[in-house]
Amino acid sequence: MKVARTLALAKKDWRRIIREPAFLFIIIVFPVMLTVAFGTSFGAVGGSQPSSLKVAVVTLGGNTTSSDKFGQDLRATGVVNVSYLADNKSAQSALSQGQLQAVVVLPSSFDASVRSFRAFPNEPGRWTNSTLSIYLDKGSAITAQVIPSIVQQVMTQGVLGVRPSQQALPLSVSTPAAVKVQGQSVFDSFAPGLFAFASIYMIMMVAQSFTAERENGLLNRILVTPATGADVVMGSVVSYLVIGLVQALLVFLCVYALGYHPVADASGVVVGFFIVTVFALCNIGFGLITAAISRSAGAATGISFIFLMPQLFLGTFVGASLSSTAQAAGRFLPAYYVTDALTSLFTRGASVTSQTVLTDLAVVSVSSVVILLVGVQVFKRFGNR
Amino acid sequence: MQGETRGGSVEISIEGLTKDYGDVRAVDGLTLEVSEAEVFGLLGPNGSGKTTTINCLTGTLKPTKGTLRVGEFDVQSQGEDARRIMGVSPQETAVYSYLTGKENVRLFGELYSVPRSLLGERVDYVMEKVGLTEDAGRRVSKYSGGMKRRVSIAMALVTDPRVVLLDEPTVGMDPQARRAVWDFIIELKDKGKTIVLTTHYMEEAEELCDEVGIIDHGRLIALGSPAELKVKSGAKDLEDVFIQLTGRRIREGA
Repeated sequence: MKVARTLALAKKDWRRIIREPAFLFIIIVFPVMLTVAFGTSFGAVGGSQPSSLKVAVVTLGGNTTSSDKFGQDLRATGVVNVSYLADNKSAQSALSQGQLQAVVVLPSSFDASVRSFRAFPNEPGRWTNSTLSIYLDKGSAITAQVIPSIVQQVMTQGVLGVRPSQQALPLSVSTPAAVKVQGQSVFDSFAPGLFAFASIYMIMMVAQSFTAERENGLLNRILVTPATGADVVMGSVVSYLVIGLVQALLVFLCVYALGYHPVADASGVVVGFFIVTVFALCNIGFGLITAAISRSAGAATGISFIFLMPQLFLGTFVGASLSSTAQAAGRFLPAYYVTDALTSLFTRGASVTSQTVLTDLAVVSVSSVVILLVGVQVFKRFGNR
Repeated sequence: MQGETRGGSVEISIEGLTKDYGDVRAVDGLTLEVSEAEVFGLLGPNGSGKTTTINCLTGTLKPTKGTLRVGEFDVQSQGEDARRIMGVSPQETAVYSYLTGKENVRLFGELYSVPRSLLGERVDYVMEKVGLTEDAGRRVSKYSGGMKRRVSIAMALVTDPRVVLLDEPTVGMDPQARRAVWDFIIELKDKGKTIVLTTHYMEEAEELCDEVGIIDHGRLIALGSPAELKVKSGAKDLEDVFIQLTGRRIREGA
């Protein structure tokens, strides 16, 4: 296998995409149109979408009368669902994976602070001072706006039983960690799925491309040159990896322009793009399988939907609206993990080293490479008959 | 394994080639040799086994039986080496319609690893030889059938190959284009290239070929120079030779 041959074949595929209207539409124009359509339909018009706020209370000093009172009062607001967790680490993990909107950490001295205040309400010198920590989902504007004020209210009026105007108190609330307020709309929840959605159509393009070249005798013609089957496949892999990256960039620019501003830092964006690019391998693999079992380019278009539809409906943003069974089925598809990783990185602001992101990256990488290898073998065995 | 024939050292050797497609025997024990710097014509009606023979030579098809050598290489065990010295223009006009004529030719030069410094010059040369210089920058989708076939020939020859396989090279060409291709083939022969072409244009075979093999139902039924075959059969042309050998006209099919 030679790099120059691979690049020559990749260059040929890029020219096809630029010059053939059908390819240009599906690969480049369609993702942009789709993103703009969703953005304008569900972004600016959709506005903020209130949701049920799941808050975990971490009691570092164990459950006490004061912490129970805090939880009861928090629940009594009717705005949040409260759960108790024993340690901050598991709470942070649940938060980064989107299972919670906020975490409130009651320090080990919490109960002592409350009791000291009740015993000596007018003697601040005898209070045990404590600070409550709040961690919020970066992508949730509602959480950022509501939770700190609710916590403050519950702490003063509920637990300590004083007026909000009282200046000195033994309990204070830390500045909420990692808060970056942004508008939350339906589009914000859809946006990460658009990256996978756009890329999945590559299956159809790869299948059409290989079946057309086989029908026209071009595949055989290339194979009577010193180029090998491996060169042909590598040419496609290189061309579609670059196309996948270009698609991701276009979708990113579109969603950004439409108001979805990922909260990820530079490393998060890079890893997000990397995951989308690796996902292209999976689509090339499915494309090769489709080409192997299709007798013509026309048939390839239809058959490609066998692989397209499940990924579209169960593995992208559409899956969020489906039943729990359908969502569970989505876990068998690489697209699900692409969307999940991008949601964690771009919407929830998860670290690139968080367990969720690393797991998603591993699943996408391994499954994509396996599907590509299966595609190559199937095409080699049945694709050129 | 290289032997000698009347034209010099053997460049292509086919021995006992048999190719079956299920119950159908497309080529039946074909044996022939082509010398260096020779133009060899494989003649026969459609379905006679010409293209199957070419495809076995290129390694696209695996023979049922027999051995094939191109240059010093065994096609089956040293396929990549054999393909490196061959230029092939297949029967179907396999060209990329979304590329320009020049881009198609250049792509094949790159697949053969023609040095970048030589490639531009080689592309321009072959495009001129097939009469497509003016249309080199147009997309092939805008070409006529004859023009596409000329691009296909240019793609086969851009590497300046030692051995050239041309399967029905002038089908669909107008007389002027056909003449240009014939001139190019003669020029290649003068440069010492070994050329195998299949055709059912008898005048093409008579004009170009040093030796022809007439093939029918997968079997070689006559072998010799056009003049020898005509004398031997007492025929006025190769079409007549074929009729005398098979009782049919060549265009009636196998």
